[in-house]
Amino acid sequence: MTKIFKHVQSTVVPLPIENIDTDQIIPARFLKATTREGFGNNLFRDWRYDNQENPKDFVLNHPTYSGKVLVAGKNFGCGSSREHAAWAIVDFGFDVVVSSFFADIFKGNALNNGLLPVQVSDAFLAKIFEAVFADPLTQVDVDLENQVISLASTGEQESFEINAYKKACLINGYDDIDYILSHKAEIEAFEAR
Amino acid sequence: MGQTLFDKIWDAHVVSSKEGFPDVLYIDTHFIHEVTSPQAFDGLRKAGRKVLRPNKTVATADHNVPTWEQHLPIKEELSRFQVETLAKNCKEFGIEFYGLGHPYQGIVHIIGPELGITRPGGTYVCGDSHTSTHGAFGAIAFGIGTSQVEQVLATQCLLQSRPKRMKIEVNGKLQFGVGAKDIILYIISQITAAGGTGYAVEYAGDTIRSLSMEGRMTVCNMSIEMGARCGLIAPDETTFNYVKGREFAPKGEEWDKALAYWETLYSDEDAQFDKVLSFRAEDIEPMITYGTNPGMGIGVTQHVPATKDIDATEQLSYANSLKYMGLQDDQLMLGKEIDYVFIGSCTNARIEDLRQVAKFLKGRKKADNVTVWVVPGSKQVEQQAIAEGLDKVFEAAGIPLREPGCSACLAMNEDKIPAGKYCVSTSNRNFEGRQGPNSRTFLASPLTAAAAAVTGRITDIRELLQEEELVG
Repeated sequence: MTKIFKHVQSTVVPLPIENIDTDQIIPARFLKATTREGFGNNLFRDWRYDNQENPKDFVLNHPTYSGKVLVAGKNFGCGSSREHAAWAIVDFGFDVVVSSFFADIFKGNALNNGLLPVQVSDAFLAKIFEAVFADPLTQVDVDLENQVISLASTGEQESFEINAYKKACLINGYDDIDYILSHKAEIEAFEAR
Repeated sequence: MGQTLFDKIWDAHVVSSKEGFPDVLYIDTHFIHEVTSPQAFDGLRKAGRKVLRPNKTVATADHNVPTWEQHLPIKEELSRFQVETLAKNCKEFGIEFYGLGHPYQGIVHIIGPELGITRPGGTYVCGDSHTSTHGAFGAIAFGIGTSQVEQVLATQCLLQSRPKRMKIEVNGKLQFGVGAKDIILYIISQITAAGGTGYAVEYAGDTIRSLSMEGRMTVCNMSIEMGARCGLIAPDETTFNYVKGREFAPKGEEWDKALAYWETLYSDEDAQFDKVLSFRAEDIEPMITYGTNPGMGIGVTQHVPATKDIDATEQLSYANSLKYMGLQDDQLMLGKEIDYVFIGSCTNARIEDLRQVAKFLKGRKKADNVTVWVVPGSKQVEQQAIAEGLDKVFEAAGIPLREPGCSACLAMNEDKIPAGKYCVSTSNRNFEGRQGPNSRTFLASPLTAAAAAVTGRITDIRELLQEEELVG
């Protein structure tokens, strides 16, 4: 059973950096846990804290910015397949990541954890950054059913793509394994070929 | 219309295909390791599910194992617990486990091929992005997340939408001193770290065809570094000769039957690709990366690109990357002093890599100010290296041969590059902190890494070697 997702309206955390890899999202040394919980503490660990555990000048340490929507530069989530990256983002409290381009494996991992990756145009991404840096209380509205993201202040909006099956999974909390196991006879027939 | 190699293999593994749904794809072998599997087994237990086909799952311990004194218990408590958890899970669910001390233990993408588990036409997955390595055999191989590891354990299938197809051709004769690693670093530098996203990439052309299986694995291994879903190369005599006779390879009549099928695995002449790129082998120099993603690479004799020449929207990230690396615009890479050399990882820790490095190091010594780690990819590679006396060559150069594991590629074990230090590494990622917090990585080929080990600085291997030295 995946987390159910339908609609989010929230302020955002802006991270205007390209090619954010999963080693930055959750460094490898924190992958030794055998459960899914608690990774949020180490989200962007080496950008948040220095070697002596002192907070650095980084947006997650900035009281001005908070919210359930993380907005990042293009090619977000590249690199390692570690699902811990999606777990860390969810555990920290985000429901949505917005970027102009996502790495494939990260996108899949996010969808499997009720974290919605919203891919927008470069122009719309720039608009969100501009609005948020002008007013940190800017809200975005993400409507999964209609596949639309909008800037609450100006009403400017853009539609986004999502695989119809994954959309149904998110809205209804379906599980991939149940879906595949409904094909048990076909799996056995395939093996007998 | 003809079919691509990718589509032939995909179609042969479709269990169910329904409009509006991803395909249900049958997986021939599922490789698992200690880091990305524990939560998947927990998920099975919570849901009361079994592993559907335990004999189609192979487990090893590689990511956080020590590479020194492996016969002793793992000192680091969390790593030990993770490896023990894998052993327990394998026992509970009836899965073969090649743990520490087992003659087949090693980096998951090294042991699959060397045991003859990875074969042409197969489908392979693992909770590790470098699973693309196995595509070198003419197979479909995906890196997957832990939820999908659980999915494959429970169903022996993966739910997946068919990616687009790209062909990357490399033709021509490689310059002396240039190898498979330079080819793939060059391709990524040309198409960027996101240039392959959404695609299954088939590598073709006479340069690719001339590579050994080890070289082809190096190329396919780094497909993920340009964002590709997977990389693959049509199998040929080189492939068949490599697979034949290996531990789990088909034998006798089974072999003949398999071979007849494998010989049909190529992209038809009129097959359509969504994108085709071509490169000339002659344009490729020994490569080195200077930045913090694998697309930031240049020929070893070139200068670091200036920030002003970078796309305006990416200048800030680019400048931050150079700052992290302690490099300047227009800086010449040659001569840059380094502190560590790491020869290992699923990209470059096969026996051919070690042979090539040993051949170069024979009669040479590592520079005094450099720490060098040579980490074989598997127990079998280590034993082969010892049988060939390569360990003695390394020792004479001042470098002890370590024991197999992922090691300093991702620094989950003790093999960490200290903050601020520079490492020339044969691994696959130069991300910030990848080899230890605040470490700085220059990705390169085994030969370029070995040259740096000897001189203590970034060096053009071609200056140290006469052509005849590298042949044979």
